[in-house]
Amino acid sequence: MDAVHKSSKSRSKNSSHQISNKVRLLIFIVLGFLIYLLSNNVDELRVYQGAQVSFYVIGIASIILLTGYSGQVSLGQGALLGVGGYAAALSHLHWHLPIPLTFVVAILAAAGAGALLGIAAARLSGPYLAGATLALAVGLPSIANQFTILGGEQGLFFDVGFPPESLGADFTQYKWFFWIAALATLIAIFWLQNVMRSRYGRTWKAIRGSEVAAELAGVNIARAKVLAFTLSAGLAGLAGALLAMTIGTVSPSAFPLALSFSLLTGAVLSGVTTLGGVMIGAVTLVALPEIVGTVVNRAGASEAIATNLPHIVMGTLLILTVVFVPNGPVEQMRSRRVKKEKSL
Amino acid sequence: MFQLINTLLIGITSGAIYALMALSIVLVWRSTRVINFAQAGQALTSTFIGFQTLKYVDSFWIALVVAMIGGALISALIEITLMRVLLKHSTSGAIAGVAPIIATLGLLEVIQASITLIWGGADSLITPPLSNTGFTIGTNTLVFSPMKLAIIAIVAVLLILLTLIVQKTSIGLSLRAAAFSPELARLAGVRVDAVRTLGWALSGATGAVAGLLLVANGNGSFSTASIEFSLLLISGFIAAVIGGLESLLGAVIGGLALGIITAFVLMYISDSLFFIAPFVILLLVLFIRPQGFLGKKGGRRA
Amino acid sequence: MTLHVENLTVHHGAIQALTQVSFDVKVGELTAVIGSNGAGKSTLLRTLSGLKSATTGSATWKGHNLLHGKAESHVRHGVAHVSEGKSVIPELTVEENLDLGALWRRNKSESASSKREIFELFPRLEERRKQTTETLSGGERQMLAIGRALMSKPELLLLDEPSLGLAPLLVKQIFESIVNVTKQYGLSVVLVEQNAMGALNIADSGIVLNLGSIATTGSAQDLASNPAVRAAYLGY
Repeated sequence: MDAVHKSSKSRSKNSSHQISNKVRLLIFIVLGFLIYLLSNNVDELRVYQGAQVSFYVIGIASIILLTGYSGQVSLGQGALLGVGGYAAALSHLHWHLPIPLTFVVAILAAAGAGALLGIAAARLSGPYLAGATLALAVGLPSIANQFTILGGEQGLFFDVGFPPESLGADFTQYKWFFWIAALATLIAIFWLQNVMRSRYGRTWKAIRGSEVAAELAGVNIARAKVLAFTLSAGLAGLAGALLAMTIGTVSPSAFPLALSFSLLTGAVLSGVTTLGGVMIGAVTLVALPEIVGTVVNRAGASEAIATNLPHIVMGTLLILTVVFVPNGPVEQMRSRRVKKEKSL
Repeated sequence: MFQLINTLLIGITSGAIYALMALSIVLVWRSTRVINFAQAGQALTSTFIGFQTLKYVDSFWIALVVAMIGGALISALIEITLMRVLLKHSTSGAIAGVAPIIATLGLLEVIQASITLIWGGADSLITPPLSNTGFTIGTNTLVFSPMKLAIIAIVAVLLILLTLIVQKTSIGLSLRAAAFSPELARLAGVRVDAVRTLGWALSGATGAVAGLLLVANGNGSFSTASIEFSLLLISGFIAAVIGGLESLLGAVIGGLALGIITAFVLMYISDSLFFIAPFVILLLVLFIRPQGFLGKKGGRRA
Repeated sequence: MTLHVENLTVHHGAIQALTQVSFDVKVGELTAVIGSNGAGKSTLLRTLSGLKSATTGSATWKGHNLLHGKAESHVRHGVAHVSEGKSVIPELTVEENLDLGALWRRNKSESASSKREIFELFPRLEERRKQTTETLSGGERQMLAIGRALMSKPELLLLDEPSLGLAPLLVKQIFESIVNVTKQYGLSVVLVEQNAMGALNIADSGIVLNLGSIATTGSAQDLASNPAVRAAYLGY
């Protein structure tokens, strides 16, 4: 690990872009406060969408961790969200756990699944891994139809309950969702940033740069990859639990193949290699269907166009992004800045 | 005993269709080193083209040919526009290796939404040209029917045709050379880019047949939401992996194996394992023999 | 002047691999290109055959612009490039490798007689015509590569280190074959070689490349007796 350590030490001296942890914590607290203020001034729909954006952020971040940082492609993140969602619902229904604990269960269950997947994935690469995770995305949710304990087609309820009375009679259900989701997101992203800056993050970056070089430097590739899968799955599980919270149920149809595709799209739009742009993808995923829908309605177009045009736009956006800006807008700007610095 | 034969026949028939899908995936993989996840979407589009043709012509077989031509053209168009742009822009970075795959996923979404836009989301119907009532032997009725026999015959003929083209003709030689070593092929004067497009066109035509036969194998109804079609994509890919992604023969064997195993699992273990069985089989194959049963170890560089 | 190269400059990303290279090759002339590793010899051939694009400069073969268009189009104008190292397609048989070179040719009977001629030149290839190239020795593989190039009816032959990795006896045979082929078909040849002595022995003229630029040119004899060249590349 020496070579990795040496390079990281010299890098932290050079990269004055790296903010200290205490400052970051402060930034996040300020962010949290701003979000709190925002939530008091927008209407119900926006607050609900805010909750959606939140769990998309976590879901996309999980893909960024997996694909951008450790170079493994998973097309089945939606299935892991499902594991988390179901775990939360089950632990709530059968063990009557308080909500925060159900989230913990969701994270742990999904992480466990991720570890298993990671062990299998360490042997696979590129298209094989993509295909295997794709099959997972299609196959896993349908397991719910097999066992009655999983609620079958209709699924199970997941009710996080009403907001506490101390918050006042005006405090709506959706606002409660948003607060929970936003808080979870802030904590999760802060934690994730810490991990990315730790030696685990550097190890993953080394692997992403060159597996051969990393291995020669003493990195245990398999272990690092499995760890990435596990952590990424844990995040996905949290996102799944939050998703379940916002719709109040878990069912196979809540975690379809389209979800995995959406998350992947969001990750590509955000820029797979860095956390910085994660909001771009999340907001696009939530905002785009609505924008397209509004435009279509104003143009008076048919229902068919209204339902399908968002998909066409998203798909086209994905293609364009992956062709022209594959590493995402944030990384693109960064590398342009580096190029300028080099030529000076 | 009878159930055994029935299950086997069901498995071979669906396996033949999976084999076609696997063939179309392998054709693209070998010429471009890309897994085209939009394949099933293209197959579905071709099926709808066939459906549209049936509004003007009464023959399933003519519709099949039209669908094949349509599928070939669409596939060639995709290669010329999307893939060539992708190859030109290929960069380094985390997703460089899988960028083409992600692009095909985006394409799949666009195709599916476009189909729903044009033809609607409800079920459409293509009447199978032959009867699906089983042959009778004595008092027993086999699941095997004229339609199923035709399906197997068509797949067999296509396979023979494809093999002949690829192995025995000049253009097949160009295809193989361009797939194995594009640079050396160029130096020998092979128009590698045109040949690549041809590979995609063949793949599109094969997918079209898979789509139409899939519909004919059932009761004739299909839609964009058809479970059969997402299954077709995955099964095609799994079959291709089982066979090793490198050879056409492997694709066929993979398809048949997948079809037969799945049929037996569904019949003798449980009906609702429809989605999970292929996935488990894939996992097993990837664990036991990641390069597939006919593939070479270590893969190749282009 | 049938191969005319003028001020050719080629980059690998930010690195300049060839700088202002200029030379000519006449019909029937065998020009050796020697230089140490990294001198740009392979880059030169790859640029001339169209695999690599040039930054500035010009290169024409009998008036046809070699710097414009895809590699496969230059084959149709008589340019054949035998690349370094892996120069045959292992998954194809010997005969298929040969046939590949003639695919673009319209006249099938002419192609057939070309194949016969090549089998006469390299009888071992005929013995193994149905086998895949994995069973071939290094020397046989080189013969096959040259044979494939000949099948495309070339007028300009670009050879990249044909003697690489071969035992001395085979090196002698390959060089003899090259001379035979050049005379028999009246080819112009650009022969890139690490084996400077062997190359200068059979060449008419030579070019010495150093770090991407031409250090010296001259007749093969002059270069072989040039003390600086001898010290650097001929070992004595």
